[in-house]
Amino acid sequence: MISPNLRIAFRFLTAKKRAMVMSLACTILGVGLFIVTQATTSGFERFFTKTILGINGAIRIEDKIQDTMRSMAAAGGGDSHFARREGVKYIEGIEEPQALIEALRGFPNIRGVSAVVRGGVQVTSAFKTEDAQVFGIRLEDHVRVSDLAEQITSGQLDDFRQTPTGALVGRVLADRLQLVVGDSFVLSTRGASRRLRVAAIYETGYREVDKTNVYLHQAEARSLLKRPSGATFLQIGLHDPDRAPADASRMEQVLRHSVKPWQEREKTWLAVFRALRISTMITVSVFTLIASLAMFNTLAMIVLEKTKDIAILRSMGYERRDVTRIFLWQAGIVLGIGAGAGAILGAVVTWLVSQVPLPVNGIFKTDRFIVTWDIYHYLGAIATAVVMVMIASLIPARRAARLEPGDIVRGTAQ
Amino acid sequence: MEGSSAVSRDLAIRCRDLHRHLGQGEGRVHVLKGVSFEARRGQVYAIVGPSGCGKSTLLYLLGLLDRPDGGEIEINGRVMSNHDDLARTAARGEHIGFVFQFHFLMLEFTALENVMMPMRKLGKLTPAAMRDRAHGLLEAVGLGAKTHRLGTQLSGGEQQRVAVARALANQPTILLADEPTGNLDVRNSNLVFDLLTRLAKENGQAVVLVTHNPEIAQRCDVTRPMRDGVFV
Repeated sequence: MISPNLRIAFRFLTAKKRAMVMSLACTILGVGLFIVTQATTSGFERFFTKTILGINGAIRIEDKIQDTMRSMAAAGGGDSHFARREGVKYIEGIEEPQALIEALRGFPNIRGVSAVVRGGVQVTSAFKTEDAQVFGIRLEDHVRVSDLAEQITSGQLDDFRQTPTGALVGRVLADRLQLVVGDSFVLSTRGASRRLRVAAIYETGYREVDKTNVYLHQAEARSLLKRPSGATFLQIGLHDPDRAPADASRMEQVLRHSVKPWQEREKTWLAVFRALRISTMITVSVFTLIASLAMFNTLAMIVLEKTKDIAILRSMGYERRDVTRIFLWQAGIVLGIGAGAGAILGAVVTWLVSQVPLPVNGIFKTDRFIVTWDIYHYLGAIATAVVMVMIASLIPARRAARLEPGDIVRGTAQ
Repeated sequence: MEGSSAVSRDLAIRCRDLHRHLGQGEGRVHVLKGVSFEARRGQVYAIVGPSGCGKSTLLYLLGLLDRPDGGEIEINGRVMSNHDDLARTAARGEHIGFVFQFHFLMLEFTALENVMMPMRKLGKLTPAAMRDRAHGLLEAVGLGAKTHRLGTQLSGGEQQRVAVARALANQPTILLADEPTGNLDVRNSNLVFDLLTRLAKENGQAVVLVTHNPEIAQRCDVTRPMRDGVFV
């Protein structure tokens, strides 16, 4: 059975159709806009995060922390040198990657570890020469800490796997050198050179990476870079990349190496996205505020027009709290319909936005507007609308409940 | 002793030495100056007097719609004037029915819904029983054929008759009416007054009405004239 208060609330509200439609429209737009802005803003941020996690992994370990005289001596034998950063000295590179990989087995969040040897080279094709970075990898390890397998746009990863002199070349570099799959090119550094073959071409969407990174089998890279042991860095993939800062901090303490989570590595871009998010949140908050003001206005108007009815209700035994509930129910009805319709509107507009062609290439690559589908955007939008509208409704509702029936009747009768 | 107990059982409402001021500062007026009054079941009382003498103020105090500045009000033998709003509201819902001068129907609701509204709040009957009782009351006031009309679709006289039916919905022991015929033509005035008194007498309810109409006042069992905040 419908409660008497709800029944009265519904009739009061439907009697003020224009005001109700206005409040409802504002609530629907507020909720819808909240969802769309969250979906679009976080869409790009998440896509960027996915892109950079797919290239560089969640965590990188590089450079040993030099904190004792013994470690200085250890560094003296190789081609490593000292560097001072933020008051701490580092020995560049990782001398014993296998030992670190063993130590990393104690971290349950780790999905995979790839030891990488990196060095600067020149790439020469029949067309021209470009500067590049060589990354010597063990393919099976590296595909566990990156999206390299999914980033291949020409050729086959298996060709690379089976060809010791094969190379994976970035799309931008390949275009600049006019290389296609199967072409040969020369890598040279420090007087040494190697002729290799393009096994496949990859594209991450991150232009700087696609322009400079060339992946080789590690043995080939070590030979070219004259680095028979050690690694430049360890790239780590995590099951839960959001826990990277905590894991990195523990790793740094345990391994005594510089450990950087992706959040620190990409903090500039992440700050840009955060600023964008705050800016859209301000816009959305203003809109939600307008929605709650419309609700306040509607209810305040109904209270003014319904003082006689409030007196009747009070004379019939309706309590102050009944009067409050009648007005809060009105807000609740608008909220219920507004939140539902707003969520549907948000979903429809989000889908329409996701169909908008928008070629982006630079920090990631996409042909369409990127959106995120996240239930928390919907819950957040509804929760925000509930808080704002209920606060806005409480004032007129309490005012209605405070009205003295005797005063109303006396005032009306005069 | 038995006689006095029967008298007190008959007493639906009683007030003693009621005082009420209205307005503030220099505009503050002593409207009721120590008014005492009682009403018995089955009797119809008229409070008459010139405008501003305090009769409506007294009625709202008796109906617990307002608080007195001094004195006390008993409803069915229970002092209610000092109770909190919740208890006074409950007493209103259970023991008191109101009929106001300006009908005061809730216009978005049908006649039937208006009559059912006090019953829904009291919650003593099942929805079907509420509906039956509301139909019965509307039949009794001659509106059995218009139960589903909205307040806006009823004439002034019809609205007032619905208001009478609504006031009787919870079978209150006290019926308070503020100029119930003040806004009606002669025919409708007589109709509404006859209804009020007949239904009240049938159910043993005390009826207290405020009126300017001397003909109506003459037809009541007791007439109490007021002047300057006191009964004369």
